Amino acid sequence: MILTRLLPASVVGLILFFLAFPIVVVAIVSFSEATYLTFPPPAFGLRWYQAYFSSADWLKPTWVSLWVAAAVVVLATFLGTLAALGVSRLSRPMRIFATGLILSPMIVPGIVVAIGIYYAYSRYGLVGTPIAMVLAHTCLAVPFVVTSVTASLAGLDPRLEQASLSLGATPGATFWQVTLPLIRPGVLVGALFAFITSFDELIVALFISGTGAVTLPRRMWDDLRFQIDPTIAAVSTLTIVLTAALMGCAHILRKRNQA
Amino acid sequence: MGEAGMNGAGRGASVTLADLEKRYDRVNAVDGVSLDIRSGEFLTLLGPSGSGKTSTLMMIAGFEMPTAGDIEIDGKSVVAMPPYRRNIGMVFQNYALFPHLTVEENIGFPLKQRGVPKAERAKLVAEALELVHLPGYGARYPRQLSGGQQQRVAVARAVVFKPRLLLMDEPLGALDKQLRENLQLEMRRLHADLGITFIYVTHDQEEALTMSDRIAVMNDGKVAQVGSPEDLYDRPTDRFVAGFIGESNFLPAIVRGMEDDIVVAECNGTTIRAVCPGRPATGDKVTLTTRPERLRFTDSAWNATPPQNRLSVTVTEAVFAGERCRYMLQAGDGTSLVLKEPSSAAIQRRAIGERAEISWSVADTILV
Amino acid sequence: MSEITQPSPIAVPLGAPRPLLLNWRRYVPLLLVAPLLIYMLVLYALPVLAMLLRSLNDPTWTLSHYAALFEDVVFMKTFWITFNTSITVTLGCLILGYPVALGLVRAKTMAPLILVIILLPFWTSVLVRSYAWMVLLGRHGLVNEGLIALGMIDRPIRILNTPLATQIAMIHILLPYMILPIANALRQIDPSLIRAASGLGATPFMTFRQVILPLSMSGVAAGTLLTFVLALGFYITPAMVGGPRDITLSMLIAQQVDQLNWAYAATLSAVLLATALAILAAARHLPGVGNAFKTSMR
Repeated sequence: MILTRLLPASVVGLILFFLAFPIVVVAIVSFSEATYLTFPPPAFGLRWYQAYFSSADWLKPTWVSLWVAAAVVVLATFLGTLAALGVSRLSRPMRIFATGLILSPMIVPGIVVAIGIYYAYSRYGLVGTPIAMVLAHTCLAVPFVVTSVTASLAGLDPRLEQASLSLGATPGATFWQVTLPLIRPGVLVGALFAFITSFDELIVALFISGTGAVTLPRRMWDDLRFQIDPTIAAVSTLTIVLTAALMGCAHILRKRNQA
Repeated sequence: MGEAGMNGAGRGASVTLADLEKRYDRVNAVDGVSLDIRSGEFLTLLGPSGSGKTSTLMMIAGFEMPTAGDIEIDGKSVVAMPPYRRNIGMVFQNYALFPHLTVEENIGFPLKQRGVPKAERAKLVAEALELVHLPGYGARYPRQLSGGQQQRVAVARAVVFKPRLLLMDEPLGALDKQLRENLQLEMRRLHADLGITFIYVTHDQEEALTMSDRIAVMNDGKVAQVGSPEDLYDRPTDRFVAGFIGESNFLPAIVRGMEDDIVVAECNGTTIRAVCPGRPATGDKVTLTTRPERLRFTDSAWNATPPQNRLSVTVTEAVFAGERCRYMLQAGDGTSLVLKEPSSAAIQRRAIGERAEISWSVADTILV
Repeated sequence: MSEITQPSPIAVPLGAPRPLLLNWRRYVPLLLVAPLLIYMLVLYALPVLAMLLRSLNDPTWTLSHYAALFEDVVFMKTFWITFNTSITVTLGCLILGYPVALGLVRAKTMAPLILVIILLPFWTSVLVRSYAWMVLLGRHGLVNEGLIALGMIDRPIRILNTPLATQIAMIHILLPYMILPIANALRQIDPSLIRAASGLGATPFMTFRQVILPLSMSGVAAGTLLTFVLALGFYITPAMVGGPRDITLSMLIAQQVDQLNWAYAATLSAVLLATALAILAAARHLPGVGNAFKTSMR
């Protein structure tokens, strides 16, 4: 209506184009048949996907990333959900300390976290092990779980828990039969965030993945130092599709939780 | 189910509150409440928000620890008992139905906690649904029901395990007027059928008057008055109760003497007689209260009942409200009064500025 | 229905009261949070603090590492580049982000599509997005080819590995962090206010200046803050698409760690962290800032 005259749709369209275009280009390039990077591709095919799926150099880091992310999901979701259940009922000073600590990885620059972890983990011989990756990524993923679960707890009517207690359910039964089912969407969204946080993480991986726990982003980074061949485009497209699918799920879950 | 009858003595729990207190920081939400609730009684805690009625209910249910005092159910103190062991049914404001469970599962929830076998559970759930007139609704989810239906499910869930005491926290607050009135009657019927003790919290005085055996009016964390609806309406002992339940006129007066149980007071240069629970001393400054619908214009056709108090007034406002005419009046000393007169096409309405005399029964005049 | 009216309640098994329970439950919240707190202290907070401590106790307790920064040309230049880049990127995001936020809020049928276009890059890793810009901005990349085809240049110009490439890629990556808080604030403006303003005779521009813009300032503040603080810590993008000499503070830190120069790396880390925290602390009381990091959930 009134803003239409002020803000031509073409301006918004151009900016949206700027946002979407690079990603679309990567997807198109990944289907190129050319041996080098050119755009538009002279012919289309799946050769770079074949290259990816037939190369142990790519598949091994992919498995490492998937396993690390899966372990992070379990650890971060468990610790984060427990903490989210307790944090709102802590005394004020304790609550400020706990939320500050738990949420700080969102604010502290990635490089500072990465070299801090590298500094300490290298002393205990953890560098280059998948365990170190899981331990470190869990710290980065936990804030997302805690925020997500806290949000769904905030939307939970305390009278539902009271009703359960008044109907004879013990606090334990109330948690399993009432609280947990009702915050489950929040927990699932947190778990998805945790997965993607770990799966996409590069800076910490650069320092502590060593040679023993090379993850997919680390492998891509190493590759980019030498060449930008379209295999990376294929890998990138696959990760875009994976994360977009997971995030789409998270988005739907969160919307449904609000409704 | 009418065969259940009213002879349910002993079926309901008796509840005793003794000097119950609840302090938050420095605020006394509940400040020394003592109350005896009889077995099988329908007792309403009535008061404005912040009067402590909900806190009192929460302490009976076990969600709040009293700061001091005791709660006894059937003679046994329950203060140290967690809510899930008290066996008290509760209907919450907005019902607190579990959104992830069907109606059947909601109602079966308390039975499941008590280890009732599945077949038995299904039978009791079906009975409870029938009790609240919702047979066949078991497979639905709460969000698929109307507000009134949700309310009934909440009641069914709260009574299915046969508690001896049912607590209700503003259970009709979210419903529209028409539905509320229907459900009020249904609650009364349910109370009669089940024969258990009901403790009902509301801020709606009309609701309280319609449903209760007795009402405890709460104000500022204290019980202002306990009594039957008629008691509270006709014989309020305190200015707050007189003002909170129904509409009241307040007349400042000076005590001139006693005639048996009737106090004789002077007000606006006239003598007014009032019913009085205590024995005020001559010369005391007091307040007399009367209900607007019990005042009559002396020369009106509606006027019938001597012995009477009389007062000269000026009409300052006249509003026609369908079944009634509502007049604002001013006495000689500036005191405003409200008079409600049944409307009739045969009766001429008074004009603003008109002088008139009003009269009313001594029995309808209370010293508070 | 006679069942219902039977006097015996279906009792809860185990009727014995347990008075201690309520006292014990007071510690439940702490017990729930404790595992995570201990985990994060041991595996994240203490490691970072131990590393930062190297800036003060290497080789003995001293402030000399910090004092040295004032005469450190490399640090000064890096800090300037980092700060400068962050400001440019934040301004770029603001200029590009505000119209999109308005468009998103205003759109009706197109809104889901616009949201997907904003969120799709948001959900893609920084590495992949930086790679996309390498593809686009390279010597034979799409941008150069396009400019040649349009006859604007004769031969490929150097865009990749310049500060401009860093800025473009960072704006692309951080734009959603600006759009979402602003869109949130705009969404909360009561549409009747806008109708009222135009009903009172305000031109569209006046309505925007005097109603919409002031009411969206909380979102602008949150988005700006978020974008700026995140930009300060960027490492991957400048390293991939930036110029070899235009290094950011994060890159300098990584470089120093590679050379095992821990004291210097720790000092730089402390400065970077302190700058980010100082900006957050200074802006803490701006309206909407408290919510900034909630929207940062990707």
